Amino acid sequence: MLALFYFFVAVAFAIGIWQVNKLLSYKALIGDLKAGKTVSNLDDYDNPIATEKDNDFQGKLFMIFLVGFYLLMGYCLIFLQDIMLPDSASVEGEDYDNLFRISFWLIGVVQFLTQALLYFFSYKYRGVDKTKKATFFADSHKLELIWTTIPTVVLAVLILYGLSIWNDVTDLEGDDAILVEVYAKQFGWQARYAGRDNELGRGNVRFLEGSNTIGIDMSDDKAADDIPVRELHLPVGKKVVMKFRSQDVLHSAYMPHFRAQMNCVPGMITEFGFTPKFTTEEMRQQKDVIRKVASVNAVRSAKGDESYEFDYLLLCNKICGSSHYNMQMKIVVESEKDYLIWLNQQKTAKELFKL
Amino acid sequence: MSEHHHKETFVTKYIFSFDHKMISKQFLVTGMIMGVIGVLMSLLFRLQIAWPEHSFSIIEAFLPERFQSETGVMKPDIYLALVTIHGTIMVFFVLTAGLSGTFSNLLIPLQIGARDMASAFMNCLSYWLFFLSSIIMVISLFVQAGPASAGWTIYPPLSALPQAIPGSGTGMTLWLVSMAIFIASSLIGSLNYIVTVLNLRTKGMTMTRLPLTMWAFFITAIIGVVSFPVLFSAALLLIFDRSFGTSFYLSDIFIGGEVLNYQGGSPVLFEHLFWFLGHPEVYIVLLPALGLTSEVISTNSRKPIFGYRAMIGSIMAIAFLSTIVWGHHMFISGMNPFLGSVFTFTTLLIAIPSAVKAFNYITTLWKGNLQFNPAMLFSIGLVSTFITGGLTGIVLGDSALDINVHDTYFVVAHFHLVMGVSAIYGMYAGVYHWFPKMYGRMMNKTLGYVHFWITAIAAYGVFFPMHFIGLAGLPRRYYTNTNFPLFDDLANVNQVMTIFALIGGAAQIVFLVNYFMSIYKGKVATQNPWRANTLEWTTPVEHIHGNWPGEIPEVHRWPYDYSKVDENGEYIFGEDYIMQTVPLKEGEQES
Repeated sequence: MLALFYFFVAVAFAIGIWQVNKLLSYKALIGDLKAGKTVSNLDDYDNPIATEKDNDFQGKLFMIFLVGFYLLMGYCLIFLQDIMLPDSASVEGEDYDNLFRISFWLIGVVQFLTQALLYFFSYKYRGVDKTKKATFFADSHKLELIWTTIPTVVLAVLILYGLSIWNDVTDLEGDDAILVEVYAKQFGWQARYAGRDNELGRGNVRFLEGSNTIGIDMSDDKAADDIPVRELHLPVGKKVVMKFRSQDVLHSAYMPHFRAQMNCVPGMITEFGFTPKFTTEEMRQQKDVIRKVASVNAVRSAKGDESYEFDYLLLCNKICGSSHYNMQMKIVVESEKDYLIWLNQQKTAKELFKL
Repeated sequence: MSEHHHKETFVTKYIFSFDHKMISKQFLVTGMIMGVIGVLMSLLFRLQIAWPEHSFSIIEAFLPERFQSETGVMKPDIYLALVTIHGTIMVFFVLTAGLSGTFSNLLIPLQIGARDMASAFMNCLSYWLFFLSSIIMVISLFVQAGPASAGWTIYPPLSALPQAIPGSGTGMTLWLVSMAIFIASSLIGSLNYIVTVLNLRTKGMTMTRLPLTMWAFFITAIIGVVSFPVLFSAALLLIFDRSFGTSFYLSDIFIGGEVLNYQGGSPVLFEHLFWFLGHPEVYIVLLPALGLTSEVISTNSRKPIFGYRAMIGSIMAIAFLSTIVWGHHMFISGMNPFLGSVFTFTTLLIAIPSAVKAFNYITTLWKGNLQFNPAMLFSIGLVSTFITGGLTGIVLGDSALDINVHDTYFVVAHFHLVMGVSAIYGMYAGVYHWFPKMYGRMMNKTLGYVHFWITAIAAYGVFFPMHFIGLAGLPRRYYTNTNFPLFDDLANVNQVMTIFALIGGAAQIVFLVNYFMSIYKGKVATQNPWRANTLEWTTPVEHIHGNWPGEIPEVHRWPYDYSKVDENGEYIFGEDYIMQTVPLKEGEQES
């Protein structure tokens, strides 16, 4: 950073010299003016104001730019499809995808039209003839009413649809959802299943000790049958409600394939829920996923890395420190039978802490 | 007034100047220096994202050894520091002080017809506080453990605990001190702008005859006064938590092998306070840019701005709504989902006045006689990026859709286009257009064209594909994506974006060269080179203290009488523009 420091010193010096120099040349500037040197008697090239030739050329460049911009948009929309997330792997995410598609089409159409108008007008009305009269058109209540009303109506629809989805997604009341606690710390994830009583025992950082790495309060009756784990397994087709805790700083539990995300806040329990739609195996057979994996593996084989197989992931999506970029946990979605077999192999908190 | 002329020394004229025109240049040059630092930082971390394992000699040269791995690659902590300081510098030091400070100071007295700001002393104070805060921010780059690195939003506990990240030690302290001083500077400036616009308008300059630039600066100053103090209190409470062991934001924390003695605080409180400024801040950055653009587009279209009153209404609606939408940054922060619904509603409402503005700009071009001066190119560029970036706001402002794109590169692309690139374009438009008023000379046109086209291509080259890597689920602020095979196929896109960023960065050198060269070598300007209507073009080319040598001119009409014709289709005064100082002709209707 020393180089940067020298750079600043140099800049500071340069400005100092410039200011002094400016002071000295100020008189000369006024002299120029008094001598009647103005811009009017300069030819095209030297003229600092756009000439008809400039207007013509720049207007055409705007049209070329529009074509280039359309190509860029088209390229991104068509060819970058491969890299994007596959369709939702959760039931709630279907609505999400639907709303997203509607919004995206809508803004896509508006984008294509308005950019076309903007650049086309720039081209069409370029001032190739400076004496041509522009149209004095200062106001039109009709036009303004149109472009206030249309966005209002469209947005009202989007807001209502969006809010109904938001209400569904955030409604975690009722039924027999599986309760899981997801626990974040610098820089890793752990989890805890609620056990036979489907209720989580109290947790607080003050109970962190030895193998009790997520601070379970073992004096709470509900805690004994809780199952602390380091890998998340979920049964397909059953709603899971996640409770989030963090032991140090803010983290965000981001599960992009399920369209699920919630911040983990120290001192507070947050929650989110979804219903996995496909097992990991089924997901690997999805057309989108096959395409995405192929696109990843093309890059990996070129680098000589081992080939990649799809897995659901939980990643951290809130800046949390040095290793924020490597804070992940695998999520396995499987049949309810496999899930129960796996769960039964895990030790409960009581067994694990040998109390 | 002229007998009022007191003798100026070097110090009072160039350093502690009370003249608003000199102060505006001071703001601009300081903002430009900060801008160079901010942009250089972004290039460094773009190199890191694109080629995470590659060692660059530029990084080896710029970063001290303790911030490099053995192979000469930057360490994660310093990556986060660069991201943090880039954000802070660009948002506050360049786009708030550099943009608003420069043009509010230059244009408010000139366009409303005043000799200077209401309080010239406060104006001078505002600049020097800004200068001091800039110096402190720059000094913070050199502390042992590195500068603040908790993101420009400095969410606690990360920003409160040096155990969590090294930058939260001295670096963060300096950041907070710098920002506290910055806020003071901004408040003093804003109060001055408000008072000046309300009280010092010349005879005939009613509020509805103000140029849209004035409306934009005036409303911006009001938003600043309303929201900046809240950031100040947020920072103050954070200082308490950091230094005096209070628990405003901290609770139940276990770090570095021990439980910390904090109980009952909530980081969510900080998020609310921060974004109560943070969101209006977007409009503090954007509205002045839109104001400058309104003036430039109208002048260079040789047409009145379309829907003057609707534009004022939109500015006011945006300003009001901007103070009640902050929660859309917090949909998944753990706050009550019902609040999320309310903020979705208010947020999407903002799209309406924004759409009105965009359509009005496009209609202003329609059937104009467009003069493509460099300022005009940047203004059209602004409208384009404002639309592109604004539209994705419809996705992000919808709480349901925000869930999966929150904090991904989709957000980064959105706000860089809608407030970053747009505001920078507005700033450039302002500099090219009002350079003759600052230095009495013209900037080079050809260099301006080159600057615009390279910048425009580079800006879309960087930020348009960025939406799509966001939709691929890539979180922002990742030092490298190589730990996730899922993201391996994004590497190429990232490299292309970085190349465009480097090109865009290089294009700004063209601007710097043009700017500093034109100060000496530029063609001497005429009094009204763009043939514009507003009052600043009635002042003499060379600066005088007090702006007008004689009486302050009286205003007789609104500022947008371009190409106004009589019943016979002839220009009323023989020219396609009528300055505000020209009285109405007999039988002429006021527009």
